[in-house]
Amino acid sequence: MQNITEDKLVDARDLMCPMPVMAATKAMRRLTPGQVLKVMATDRGSVADFQGWAKIAKNMALVGQETESVDGATVYNHYVRRTA
Amino acid sequence: MDSGVDTRVDVGPSPVQAMEEKLRDLEHRVGALEGRAAEDRVAIIIFSGDLDRVLAAFVIATGAAAMGQQVSMFFTFWGLSVIKKRTELSGKTLFQKMMAVMAPGSSQSLPVSKMNYFGAGARMLRAMMKQKNVNSLEDMISLAREMGVRMIACEMSRGVMGITESELVGGLEYGGVATFLADSLRARTSLFI
Repeated sequence: MQNITEDKLVDARDLMCPMPVMAATKAMRRLTPGQVLKVMATDRGSVADFQGWAKIAKNMALVGQETESVDGATVYNHYVRRTA
Repeated sequence: MDSGVDTRVDVGPSPVQAMEEKLRDLEHRVGALEGRAAEDRVAIIIFSGDLDRVLAAFVIATGAAAMGQQVSMFFTFWGLSVIKKRTELSGKTLFQKMMAVMAPGSSQSLPVSKMNYFGAGARMLRAMMKQKNVNSLEDMISLAREMGVRMIACEMSRGVMGITESELVGGLEYGGVATFLADSLRARTSLFI
């Protein structure tokens, strides 16, 4: 996203539920509060999953989602900020 | 000034007193409610030993853990096969031996709930999951452990089926119905699978 720069990138492409969220959860542990994680996923369900995760989990906020085309595949990018 | 006449007017308890009383009553009720409020907790009973059902349970368990929930999984009856690592026959009664031979020896040999065809269906499902890059059940079990999911084996069904602790994987807790209810009664979500 134009106005968000990530501190860490997790490539969860080709992984299916529940792995994109799991990979993000693990990566978040290594961030400090305030830092942003970018997760790349090809699982279409991850769009709703990251929204649901953000609604419930107390230590993170979903700051952006976007779709892009990489090598002909649709990639869903999720930007997650660790808040606590 | 002291005429000996009581000039106070009886207006009942002062508004402040009434408010204080109301506040005490409310505090008491809120306290009682707080004690009964659901916690960020999910409790799951794994009664089934079917690969497909158990997979669903582990996907939910790990997902809930990722969402900050305390998750406990309680394995009972056929679900004990999921946390078995090997089968030993010594020390078992005849019936227990028969059951041990017929039941899956570990999570690797769980059947599917439909179209199992003597294990061909389960092997097919595992192959299809691999093709789609979905985690295997064994990956999900270790992921659940890593995420801090509590795993409790039902002591009663373990005893009935004659399954010994040495046949089960490590890192388990052992408990009964109250162990499960102590978690599920405080949980937002309780599942029986």
